[in-house]
Amino acid sequence: MIDAIQQLGQRSISFVLRLGAAGTMLISALFTKPTLKWARLVLLQVYQLGVLSLPIIVVAGLFIGMVLGLQGYNVLINYGAEQSLGTMVALSLLRELGPVVTALLFAGRAGSALTAEVGLMKATEQLSSMEMMAVDPLKRIIAPRFWGGVLAMPMLAFMFSLIAIWGGSVVGVNWKGIDSGGFWSVMQASVDVKLDIVYGFIKSAVFAFVIVWVALYNGYYAKPSSAGISEATTRTVVNASLLVLALDFILTIFMYG
Amino acid sequence: MDHLVEVCGLHFARQQRVLFEDLNLTVRRGQITAILGPSGIGKTTLLKLIGGQLTPTQGDVLFAGQSVTHASRPALFKMRRKMGLLFQSGALFPELTVFENVAFPLREHTRLNERVLRTLVLMKLESVGLRGAQHLLATELSGGMARRVALARATALDPELMMYDEPFAGQDPISMGVLLKLIRDLNQSLGLTSIVVSHDVKEVLEIADYVYVLAEKKIIAEGSPQAIKINSDPRLIQFINGLPNGPVPFHYPVSDFAKDVMLS
Repeated sequence: MIDAIQQLGQRSISFVLRLGAAGTMLISALFTKPTLKWARLVLLQVYQLGVLSLPIIVVAGLFIGMVLGLQGYNVLINYGAEQSLGTMVALSLLRELGPVVTALLFAGRAGSALTAEVGLMKATEQLSSMEMMAVDPLKRIIAPRFWGGVLAMPMLAFMFSLIAIWGGSVVGVNWKGIDSGGFWSVMQASVDVKLDIVYGFIKSAVFAFVIVWVALYNGYYAKPSSAGISEATTRTVVNASLLVLALDFILTIFMYG
Repeated sequence: MDHLVEVCGLHFARQQRVLFEDLNLTVRRGQITAILGPSGIGKTTLLKLIGGQLTPTQGDVLFAGQSVTHASRPALFKMRRKMGLLFQSGALFPELTVFENVAFPLREHTRLNERVLRTLVLMKLESVGLRGAQHLLATELSGGMARRVALARATALDPELMMYDEPFAGQDPISMGVLLKLIRDLNQSLGLTSIVVSHDVKEVLEIADYVYVLAEKKIIAEGSPQAIKINSDPRLIQFINGLPNGPVPFHYPVSDFAKDVMLS
């Protein structure tokens, strides 16, 4: 019994310590003085994390949109409501699937890459050598990656939704023969800019913040060994994905509940 | 001020393992100070403590009279602009070329135009004999070349203090000779103060002005290389002559072998 209480205490202290370290790292990243050089580093990360993630986002978006279109059509046709397919596809993508699926893909593709990159820099003493050159790695390495990820992901989520909606229209309009005008005009009438597009953006920005934070924390505090980096990368994907799903539920309650 | 670095009453422990107990040493300006000791004694840790990358459990480290241990983060980074550390691994950035590696600290800390920066980088590379390798990627270098590029990078900002972490480990005799010459020449020509941490006794004694020998969590001997060579402390005799038997045990602390075998 005493052992169990002791263990609980130890774990709680360790959790608070980790949270403190992650918080300190985040504050350092958030309060970096923006300069032209810094902006260039952020842009480079937008390219690394965003542009290079486009292929997986585009392909996944296309397939998910087509599946959504087909499944939706099969259900709606039973009620003679196939004209609402556009609405169904657009709303489910802009409100839920776009931000959530993009976040899960982003955690797998960019989050794991961030952890591995920073972890390896630590293991090979590159971060230490920067410190000794009086270059703060929190400002030079962590901050640009943080902002690059936070900027890139909402754009990726929007891109995902656009491609998926197009995929849904290919199935609904071009294959199943729904009237094109009906598909697009019903969608246009039912999609609300604030409720659907802005809230979708907010969701993906929150998810991006969490994914990048988790990824960078795990990389920066990874054990400097191959097993340590592998463990940290796995932890990033698992923790970030679960956090995204949990946060999605909470945000959905506040936005639509 | 005569001393550039002062280590005062330093205690340091990592988890349960105590590495230093009441460690005291000073590094005089313009000299090459060697810190010798067997592997695992904490020599690299000592350099990290001097550079402020680790915090001692007790005691202080002073750099040019200022406390490294109690310095704020910005003050510490300001102090580090006057320090250079040659890492054992070189710690070069693998995706950058040799030129860009050396240019890195200059690009970060100065606003030199590209022509001046190029001249400076080429001067640094020339001083380590690798101007011809400027276009190579860091991953394309041999171990000895990587260490020389790292040396050029560490001296790019013209530091007051250069710290060398096991500079000769894993080097062939030619590279070792080149590095020895470089350390000595750079110290003289740039007016540096150097700390060389190593277990390569013969080589270090050749270039050092003053030597500290680290063992059993503290300094067990200090003096000029000549004084160290004739010191009669059995621990020192064993270390300097590389004897397998002596006060420094071959085995890591363990229970009786026969008892251990019987138990298993």
